Amino acid sequence: MSQVVVVDYGIGNLLSVCRAIEAQGGAVTLTGNPDEIRRADRVVLPGVGAFGKCVSEVRRLRLESVLNEYRDSGRPLLGICVGMQMLFTTGEEFGEHEGLGFLPGRVVAIPPDVAGGGKRKIPHIGWNALMPSRTWEGTLLQGTKPEECVYFVHSFSARPEMESDTLATADYVGFNVVAAVHRGPIMGTQFHPEKSGEVGLRIVKAFLTL
Amino acid sequence: MRPLRLIARLDIKGPHLIKGVHLEGLRKVGDPHEHAVRYADAGVDEILYLDIVASLYERFSLADLVRRTAENVFVPITVGGGLRNLEDVRLALKSGADKVAINTAAIRRPGFINEVVHEFGSQCLVVSIEAKRQPKGGWHCYTDSGREVTGRPVVEWSQEAVERGAGEILLTSIDTEGTLRGLDAALVREVSGATPRPLIASGGVGGRTHVTEGIAAGADAIAVAHVLHYNTESVAELRSALIASPPFHRSV
Repeated sequence: MSQVVVVDYGIGNLLSVCRAIEAQGGAVTLTGNPDEIRRADRVVLPGVGAFGKCVSEVRRLRLESVLNEYRDSGRPLLGICVGMQMLFTTGEEFGEHEGLGFLPGRVVAIPPDVAGGGKRKIPHIGWNALMPSRTWEGTLLQGTKPEECVYFVHSFSARPEMESDTLATADYVGFNVVAAVHRGPIMGTQFHPEKSGEVGLRIVKAFLTL
Repeated sequence: MRPLRLIARLDIKGPHLIKGVHLEGLRKVGDPHEHAVRYADAGVDEILYLDIVASLYERFSLADLVRRTAENVFVPITVGGGLRNLEDVRLALKSGADKVAINTAAIRRPGFINEVVHEFGSQCLVVSIEAKRQPKGGWHCYTDSGREVTGRPVVEWSQEAVERGAGEILLTSIDTEGTLRGLDAALVREVSGATPRPLIASGGVGGRTHVTEGIAAGADAIAVAHVLHYNTESVAELRSALIASPPFHRSV
């Protein structure tokens, strides 16, 4: 059985992500211990709240070098929500913050103004449909069908430099939300698979088998 | 597209799921956990647990219930009632809640909103407003499940809550709550127009047409209770009412 570490750096509801992994047959350890992260077969990096606060907690707990080491080992890593945002180079929430830099790109605010008039409410909260940016074969979304819905809650959105890093997008009143990214063993979902019912559990399952 | 949500609202007193009229005259319905699991399986978008007597006793008591439900419910869970400080919020989130709903403590000490947002992020804070129509027009905020008068106009308070960082507004009309005669659409329209945050409309949904009316008035999510508890409408029927509102689409 796959040994999955969910990185605990003291932020948010981590119980649900652990339960979702267990429900799909993974063995989970919720920990911020560097040795356990080094030994993991798979690592999940969760995150809610502000980008700056999340990265500064990761750094304060001296987890950045461990995550770098883990990334270099080529084993699968899944960032969820702000955990995905932290994979990028830079985040712009409450000032500019340096991310982990595993994927080139920025994390920017979703604009409240809709082109051509009107407003979109921020945060983007709710279920939204996944649209493919490239083939989902052999990726995190291999068991997902286009237009299946998943649960989002966020005010900021990733802008990857490399088009090929984007796996899926979702349309939020005309704004293109980068919903999932995937480059080799580095994966991320802006939405919460652990809160996306049966569709989300299939995505967790895919992560455990990749 | 604009994502719209159907939220199952479960009011709790002690160990029981209860339902009242105008937040009073409470009747026991059953075990809240069993109902939550059933609603999630049927396809509601979120679960909302509110301990409606907790503020009275100044305590947060739903951690165990949330923990139990988070074990096998994989949709978002919001919990409220008696949350007074950051430790209460931390316990709620740690127990498996994704969001907390706060009314009394926020009105008493608005800075609490800023503190929660700073510590946990605005996405996890739902400011809960109990609104009652005033004889001279407009609506005022109440606390403690409609028992305490605050004298604060609803629109003004909702704007302050948003400025302080609230991620969502849960708007319950005391006048329509439990009546099954439909939401207070004028209230929904007023608050939705005044704040840029997602709005959950609650109180009075007796059938699918009320869901459609709430969305038309500007709500982003509709909380339903009685119709699910007493099985007078199915989740599928309510969902088709949401789908009938053009921007919605989540099929399950």
